[in-house]
Amino acid sequence: MVATLVKLRFLVLRNSLKRSVWQLVAVIIGAVYGLGILGVAVAGLVALGFAPTELATTVVVLAGSAVVLGWIVVPLVAFGVEQTLDPARLVVFPLPMSKLLVGLTAAGVLGVPGIVTSIAALATIATWIRSPFAAVAAAVCAVLAVLTCVVGSRTVAALSTSLQSRRRFRELAGILVFIPLILLGPIIVGLSRGIALSADALPGIARALSWSPLGAPWAVPADIAIGDFGAAGLKFLIALATLALLVVIWRWSLGVALVSPVSSGGKRVARGKTGLFGVLPATPAGAIAARALTYWRRDPRYARQLIVVPLIPVLLWFYSNNMGSLALLNAAGPIIAFLLALGLYTDISYDGTAFATHIADGVRGRDDRIGRVAALAIIAVPLVILITVGSVAVSGSWSLLPMLFGLCAAALLGGFGVVSVSSSQLIVPVPAAGDNPFKSAPGAGFTTALSAFATWGVLLLLMIPASVLAVLSLVFSSVLLGWLTLVVGIVLGTVFFVIGVRIGGAQLDQRAPDLLVRLRAQRSAA
Amino acid sequence: MSDHSAPVPAAAPPAMSAPTAVPGPAAASGPASAGPPALQLTGLTKRFGEKVAVDDLSLTVPVGSFYGLVGPNGAGKTTTLSMATGLLRPDAGQSLVHGVDMWRDPITAKSLVGNLSDGVKLFDRLTGEQLVTYNGLLFGLDRAEVAERVGDLLKLLDLEQAAGTLVVDYSAGMTKKIALACALVHAPRLLVLDEPFESVDPVSAANIRDILTGYVQNGGTVIVSSHVMDLVQRMCDHVAVVAHGRVLVAGTVDEVRGSSTLEDRFVELVGGRTHAEGPEWLRRS
Repeated sequence: MVATLVKLRFLVLRNSLKRSVWQLVAVIIGAVYGLGILGVAVAGLVALGFAPTELATTVVVLAGSAVVLGWIVVPLVAFGVEQTLDPARLVVFPLPMSKLLVGLTAAGVLGVPGIVTSIAALATIATWIRSPFAAVAAAVCAVLAVLTCVVGSRTVAALSTSLQSRRRFRELAGILVFIPLILLGPIIVGLSRGIALSADALPGIARALSWSPLGAPWAVPADIAIGDFGAAGLKFLIALATLALLVVIWRWSLGVALVSPVSSGGKRVARGKTGLFGVLPATPAGAIAARALTYWRRDPRYARQLIVVPLIPVLLWFYSNNMGSLALLNAAGPIIAFLLALGLYTDISYDGTAFATHIADGVRGRDDRIGRVAALAIIAVPLVILITVGSVAVSGSWSLLPMLFGLCAAALLGGFGVVSVSSSQLIVPVPAAGDNPFKSAPGAGFTTALSAFATWGVLLLLMIPASVLAVLSLVFSSVLLGWLTLVVGIVLGTVFFVIGVRIGGAQLDQRAPDLLVRLRAQRSAA
Repeated sequence: MSDHSAPVPAAAPPAMSAPTAVPGPAAASGPASAGPPALQLTGLTKRFGEKVAVDDLSLTVPVGSFYGLVGPNGAGKTTTLSMATGLLRPDAGQSLVHGVDMWRDPITAKSLVGNLSDGVKLFDRLTGEQLVTYNGLLFGLDRAEVAERVGDLLKLLDLEQAAGTLVVDYSAGMTKKIALACALVHAPRLLVLDEPFESVDPVSAANIRDILTGYVQNGGTVIVSSHVMDLVQRMCDHVAVVAHGRVLVAGTVDEVRGSSTLEDRFVELVGGRTHAEGPEWLRRS
């Protein structure tokens, strides 16, 4: 039974690799990367065998704790990444719980991350080889640590399943988790500065961690090596108790998760409340705008695009701080305008086959275009104005305001025109509504990136007149040229917008059923 | 398959042009029969690569009829209805809705049709009430009119309790019902319903049947695709049997079934019934 589960795991991995060459390439690159890290880690651990015990203890405990923490945090971050042996799919088979637990653990240990962790953990034997007792303890504790990693990650996954079964949480968490990822660069810089300052504190941190469930298994051989058998025994007990406790929790939460399937959030409003449909004009275009705005709020795939709004200013502020001038911050408004305007470049792909409603109801292409852009404008225009004014206020360069508004107008209006055309043409694979918005749909990646860059390129071309004027106004510090940028941005942008809606609307009138065919094909492929 | 399907349609269509006095609702809407048929499909053809999904299919649906479209899985029912309602471009052929060409003048034609299609999603992040309102507004109705009709439809389909719930949280049967409400909101003259009774509970199905029957009695026309023969026999006055993208036989239900039941006649026409009892180990339990 256990062997069957492990075999199944490798079979699924092999088949998913067979499906796509690019996925195989990605896995090979990942494996090379993993092997590289493993090689460095093993070499380091062996080398530590020749270092002072104090240093070896600090490094092993800190690194080991980080590894355990990583294992436990990853399933929280990456919903739906490791679904190879999703317990929910095994529920139909008559498996006793204990066998299921052993099988899932074995499959976890034998996965790529599990193997890498195991080898690195066993390499600590080399670190403590000078003291035979410690080396033996290291072997035992390595097994204990790896099991803690695997079981811990499974426990967290099983626990989060019950949280994930609330749709609202699942959708939100997927987005919130992304913010620290984008800010990773600044965070790492900040952390490394902090660590450089507090290198003296590290042994203390390691000592504290060694008494915690994260560090205990790694600290046992270290204590034995310096002859502190009492501490070693206690820490071994801590490690053992941690593992036992995790198994108990896992067993319990798996039992719960298996009988309570993913269910709805159950959000409901009172009868007669049609929200934005009662506010926006009662025309087809108005209804489409109301629908799109409702989706901006309820569908995380749209809300995700708003992440750039807080992030761009933060990133720009960070980098301009490093450069010692706040000038860079002024670019926040135009950049956000650019990114937000292009957010809809493949809007119909997000509709999926629900787009059939528009076709069946005989919606004119023009109304469809205007409605979608109006929803975007209602969100983007106030945000862009706010950010632009705010950035100018912070950097104290009010004279640049007309020029910046000109660039924003060129980006927003031109972008509206570009997406009106592009989204009537492009159908790219996107995650379905309700999936993790960052999960890439099968077949996505290359085509998506290509078409996204194409729309970026077109919009950049359309922005050339305004951009040239903006640069000139900066070079000559000319307020007049700044105002000219504003006029050109608005006038040319409006022209591009009208043309875009015309072309996109006409295309939609002609080709909407053909788009639906592609949407259907995509759904069956997914 | 073509060997036995060829002669049948040649014989069947003429028979249906003179319906007998049996179907009550169709006869009740007598005056409308003077104009063009509610739906006329002529020579519809669709290929998906090598596979011919719909093969030169012609069908006439008289005004005021309750028309059943039956056929085995993969017969081309959904493809046919998609082409008839403007969701799928035919390779050849024509679809006329009350004389309006669906592919020449789609906006006028679509305003005459209420469509419930199988296998497409709804905008399911809206509440049920919002979704029906959305459809009403897309058809160009004004706000007060939409609000009144949405209220009526929710009541009619017993969805008032669920009006404020997101459609994504609906059960399969409730989703069908809200889709039906969306198809009805603009008071179409022709209803095209693809598998409307799939996963609908018996009480709701009976209610929907009553609504549709009433709609037909008031002069509307309904086409329903289904593979539940019993339902079609009880509910519809006309029926067409489709297989391999062709109409095998079409006419009033009584003409098509003759002296046997519709189900027996269907099996006889379509074939493929096997009488194996399954492997021995499966019969032991």
